[in-house]
Amino acid sequence: MIPKKVQQRFFIPAIIVGLALSALSTSTSGAALNGAALYEHYCAACHGNQGKGGVGVPLALPDFLAVANDDFLRKTIRLGRPGRVMPAFQQLSETEVDAIVAYIRGWAPAHTAIVETSPIKGKSERGEKLYASFCAACHGDRGEGSHGTGVTFSRPRDLPVLAPALNNPGFLAAASDVMIKTTLIRGRQGTPMLSFLKRGLNEQDIDDIVVYVRGFAQKPLPLPVKAGADEPPTIERMSPYGMQQTLDKLKNAIGGANLRLIRTESFDQAFAGKEKENKHHVVVDSCDFNFLNQALKIDPRVGLFLPCRFILSEHNGKVSISAVNPKRLSEIFNNSELNQLCDQMYKVYVDIIEETVF
Amino acid sequence: MNFNASLKIMLWALILMLSVQTARAEELLMVRIERPFDDAINDLQIAIQEHGYQVARIQRVDVGLASGGYATAEYRLVFFGKPAEMREIEDRYPQLLPYLPLKIVIFAEGNSALALSYNPALLQTFFKIDPLQSRVQQWEKDIRSILNQLSRP
Ligand code: HEC
Ligand code: HEC
Repeated sequence: MIPKKVQQRFFIPAIIVGLALSALSTSTSGAALNGAALYEHYCAACHGNQGKGGVGVPLALPDFLAVANDDFLRKTIRLGRPGRVMPAFQQLSETEVDAIVAYIRGWAPAHTAIVETSPIKGKSERGEKLYASFCAACHGDRGEGSHGTGVTFSRPRDLPVLAPALNNPGFLAAASDVMIKTTLIRGRQGTPMLSFLKRGLNEQDIDDIVVYVRGFAQKPLPLPVKAGADEPPTIERMSPYGMQQTLDKLKNAIGGANLRLIRTESFDQAFAGKEKENKHHVVVDSCDFNFLNQALKIDPRVGLFLPCRFILSEHNGKVSISAVNPKRLSEIFNNSELNQLCDQMYKVYVDIIEETVF
Repeated sequence: MNFNASLKIMLWALILMLSVQTARAEELLMVRIERPFDDAINDLQIAIQEHGYQVARIQRVDVGLASGGYATAEYRLVFFGKPAEMREIEDRYPQLLPYLPLKIVIFAEGNSALALSYNPALLQTFFKIDPLQSRVQQWEKDIRSILNQLSRP
């Protein structure tokens, strides 16, 4: 029989280690450490099953994989691109990240990776001028990248592949100066990103541009990344009116805001059928298709906000009106441009609701 | 180091690990379906029903957009839920109604389709209703399973 003292000494820590291990393994759950499966689960929706691109940029490009070393890929996966759709995958284990990186590597022939990390020297003021004439048209005046994401839905767009944000803290933390320089020298065949040696810049010009791009790290981002994290999930107001009057006023307010009224029905009508429906919770759906059309260019996933829905609830004779708070929901998209649109949508919702209860 | 101190350290390590994991749950679930849109949405409805839910409505956003004169590929919202669950929430937790019934957005991207939903776990982050914990976990499990089923070739 093991003495009690010893039992405690080894048994309790063993339980804790066991628990800790099982906690770790939940993040690996199901998917064995198989790079292809992990890639399909976490990345393929945006980057395509074969890395050909979609919402995200293509990854299976020989010119990209020739300049991106494993450290760049690992950091990009971990840090994401804050405010630029690409999520930060903090929940993955080291081995999972490595498995994904190895899988992505398989798309290009073996190469000698860039290991050089020492900073490049150059003149930022010169780089600024060159940047304005050679880069800003695609990557934005302040390095903010092109608008929207890669999915087009047969919509016309100026670039077949999105130009990434160069001012992004995730990009700047992952990319070394030498990687940026080599990207400018080689370009990326199959995308609008060209070789700037071939476009007539010399090595000194390129160094100056690299130094200027590096300097984006010191400048504030043009758009905030986390804008709505502290917002309440819904917008809600009490109505001084009864159900029918609130409903009538809401419909007027919706029309006044130029939204198209889609339908009015009890919340559970589709489930319960007309006879059994609960008339205390009424859904009013509407949509501004012009606004939606704009929003889809910024992020094809905005359907999650649709339709513009108002809920009227009657409880003990008191009527309240509520809606999703677009500012809060926008947080889960990691898209700063979308945050801006959601600010506008928030104002429209508040105006409609306040006019209803006025 | 004595026993108590090492125990403490290990406990903290564990708590840290668990909290990092829960704080970092995926908030948006999205999959690629390597099939033409019509097959994809058909399979989606079947998958929803196979998981015991009722499709309440399919909203044809693309039709609305087209009627406004905007060019678009197929874009639909599929609303679904279990009638008894929806009725119970209506009675007891009406504050959740703006986020319900459950919803999957599905749209065409060339010859494939993308489907996405918010993670129902988000509802717990938002509303923190303890009695709904297991219900919400079940929804998350089901939506993940529905989406995984679709993403398989
Ligand atoms: C015609 C549009 C266009 C111009 C002009 C252009 N780029 Fe690009 N750039 C792109 C696109 C598109 C990509 C993404 C390529 C891909 O999918 O890998 C890119 C990628 C890059 C990358 C890699 C970013 C990353 O996330 O890995 C860097 C760095 C870059 N460009 C810098 C520059 C600089 C500096 C200039 C000016 C000298 C410039 N680009 C000019 C379109 C452009
Ligand atoms: C929700 C969509 C989305 C998901 C999911 C996603 N990405 Fe991205 N990714 C993007 C977008 C968008 C960009 C370009 C960011 C920009 O424009 O600034 C990007 C950029 C990248 C880049 C930089 C490419 C370059 O040229 O420098 C890498 C590498 C990358 N993603 C890898 C991954 C991996 C690996 C995964 C899965 C673990 C993943 N991404 C998941 C959307 C996504």
